[in-house]
Amino acid sequence: MKNRKNYSLIIGITIVSILFLLFLMGIFYTPYDPDAMNGSEKMLAPSIQHLFGTDQFGRDIFSRVLKGIGTTFLIAISTVCLGAGIGVLIGVLTGYFGGWLDEVLMRVNDAIVAFPSILLALIFISVLGAGKNNVVLALAIVFIPSFARMTRSEFLANRDMDYVKSAKLMGVSSLRIMLVHILPNAIPTILSMMAIGFNNAILAEAGMSYLGIGVQPPEASLGRMLSESQIYLSRAPWIAIFPGLAIVLLALSFSLISEGLSKKGER
Amino acid sequence: MKRVKSVYLLLFALTLILVLGSCRGEKEEGKESTLKNQSSQETNAEPTIGGSIVVGISQDLDSLDPHKSVAAGTKEVLFNVYEGLVKPDSSGNYIDAVAKSHTISEDGKTYTFQLREGVKFHNGAEVTAEDVKYSIERCAGITEGGTPLISAFSIVDCVEIPDEHTVEIHLKKADTEFLAYLIVGIVPKDVKDYNKNPVGTGPFMYDSRSPLDYVKLKKFDDYWDQEHKAYLDEVTFKIVADNSALVNGLKGGFIQMAARISPNETADLDKEKFTIYEGGSNLVQALYLNNAVKPFDDIRVRQALCYAVDRQAIIDIASNGKGTVIGSSMFPAFKKYYMPELSTYYKQDIQKAKALLKEAGYPNGFDMTITAPSNYQKHVDVAQVLVEQLKQIGVRAKIELVEWDSWLNDVYANREYQSTVVGVDAAYLSARALLERFTSEYSRNFINYSNPKYDALYEKANHSISDEEQIKYYKEMQTLLTKDAANVYIQDLKDQVALDSRYGGYEFYPLYVQDMAKIYKVTQ
Repeated sequence: MKNRKNYSLIIGITIVSILFLLFLMGIFYTPYDPDAMNGSEKMLAPSIQHLFGTDQFGRDIFSRVLKGIGTTFLIAISTVCLGAGIGVLIGVLTGYFGGWLDEVLMRVNDAIVAFPSILLALIFISVLGAGKNNVVLALAIVFIPSFARMTRSEFLANRDMDYVKSAKLMGVSSLRIMLVHILPNAIPTILSMMAIGFNNAILAEAGMSYLGIGVQPPEASLGRMLSESQIYLSRAPWIAIFPGLAIVLLALSFSLISEGLSKKGER
Repeated sequence: MKRVKSVYLLLFALTLILVLGSCRGEKEEGKESTLKNQSSQETNAEPTIGGSIVVGISQDLDSLDPHKSVAAGTKEVLFNVYEGLVKPDSSGNYIDAVAKSHTISEDGKTYTFQLREGVKFHNGAEVTAEDVKYSIERCAGITEGGTPLISAFSIVDCVEIPDEHTVEIHLKKADTEFLAYLIVGIVPKDVKDYNKNPVGTGPFMYDSRSPLDYVKLKKFDDYWDQEHKAYLDEVTFKIVADNSALVNGLKGGFIQMAARISPNETADLDKEKFTIYEGGSNLVQALYLNNAVKPFDDIRVRQALCYAVDRQAIIDIASNGKGTVIGSSMFPAFKKYYMPELSTYYKQDIQKAKALLKEAGYPNGFDMTITAPSNYQKHVDVAQVLVEQLKQIGVRAKIELVEWDSWLNDVYANREYQSTVVGVDAAYLSARALLERFTSEYSRNFINYSNPKYDALYEKANHSISDEEQIKYYKEMQTLLTKDAANVYIQDLKDQVALDSRYGGYEFYPLYVQDMAKIYKVTQ
């Protein structure tokens, strides 16, 4: 096991880097305006001019996929950061201090976990209204419990260990013990959770946009593109294939990374 | 082990993509379907009696009460259940239904109807003059608390019954067009809550309903017009809010008919298995602007929007090039009133639009929200093109998709919106049905348009006795709507109807209805 290369991690990071580069490129340059419609170039098959073809409005799919990857990346990153941030904070506090705070927060946590996550997100969206920011908010809320739980268990395991006890005896402040002594031990777990969180966020965003409650048209979003391409599936399959491919690659790469990370932790 | 699984997953995904990619056959050569414009070129197979059909519709019914429902999508279903004193036929004339003949007095104030004998309600009771009186009075608000359920009926003064087969409707003022409104359903007096117990005299009777799922109608055997009884025993209107699901339903065979789908959607259907009919949708599709909210309370802003859009381009991009550009609240099917010249009143002129915006105090444009009902892909698509076109004058529009129920509630009833893309139908065969809704006092004036001149013209049109004079006023009203840029008028959509080729008999009406009594199953 020792000298074998961590292929999952390597492949995952490679794909993510490529997609990330595409995303960066999409910010500064797309071959066509991703929203520009052209009545005379509707549903063209992939060609040199339009690498991925054009859609039912005559928009360039390559440009839209670039923009869509961007939208998805941004949503996934903000969702995971928000969810992980709050989740880890809750986990740290409850795991370290325990007591009634632990009881209250963990029961709330249980209540949230009791709902299927996508349903919960749908409920939040119907209360908050559709749109990009609300998708981030709704998904973040859904992600908080798992982060909180994992962090808490790491802290529970560590808080009675000798190194923590001696730190306490030396009069180190609670805050320092939490952040400097225990948290680094929890980092590998949190990182791998974040990677799998990206994966889930991407799929959830695509799913919600597909259902029409995520990113609103005409903004490019991979899920929305898939949803609108449905009726053209037999005539112009490229409208569906390329956004679909982008979703697959995004999800796959992050799950490879999370797998690689957890393997690294094992060693 | 896990790693190996992921590699397989990747390989699988790639193979799937390749296979799907190669699936694209030669289908997009654009084999134009054999479109049948009117039902004249029927399949030569003989109609049979009996059978059932499932019709896909895109929204649930808002009420089964014929006097309380407002949505066009409801009326097209209820057309089969309820009948008025007169009913429209497919060429736009009125034929007597519950009444057997009618006369209109010279002064246009008294309408006398001789009732047909032996017309039965679905509950078995015979239609009496009392029922007719009750129904008309109910619409006019004479029986139920004062506010007319249908505002056009506010001019009804009283309803009299000289003898048991005659009904006289007296109007407060002359109105030669009132007959158009008497297609409103006649309901039995002794039945309460028509939403739960819809009882009419139409060729089909209500059977059952499941909200957001289906509405089932059964053939009514005691229909008064035995020669034109329904062919089918059972019609189920299946609610499928998503058009691609609707098309899949057609392909999969659990839906046999879908009206109001776009050429994009029918293109995927097997031309052997489906007959495609094409006709005007009789909808005024427009970007409706809430004239009471900023910035649309300023006529210059509204005009700027009108100058900013290229209607033909919208039709080409979003509606497959099918559709007629319109310039006011009127569609070509109403030949008498339609003014083709208004459709070119605003030609796309970006410079002018920008200048108007500058004048109105928005040199850098503004942000706006277009609310679009998500179950109507045709409106959502047009909204997307609009967003793109409005960018040219610096207006940043964003789309908000809403469910049909929220649309009816927030936009139509409460008027809490900025702008919306939707189609407005004419409930009656009269220009008034389209134009009255923009008078200041009208209860469903959802765009909050208000112009005293318009109201005055409407009064005049209402009072004129000669047809010509009336048409003149209606035309002036349309022109005013266009000049005031009340809305950004877009098109009269072309709708396609897909009917399983084992059925026949589809007919287009100049109103937004589906006449299921004419649909039959053909012998094989």
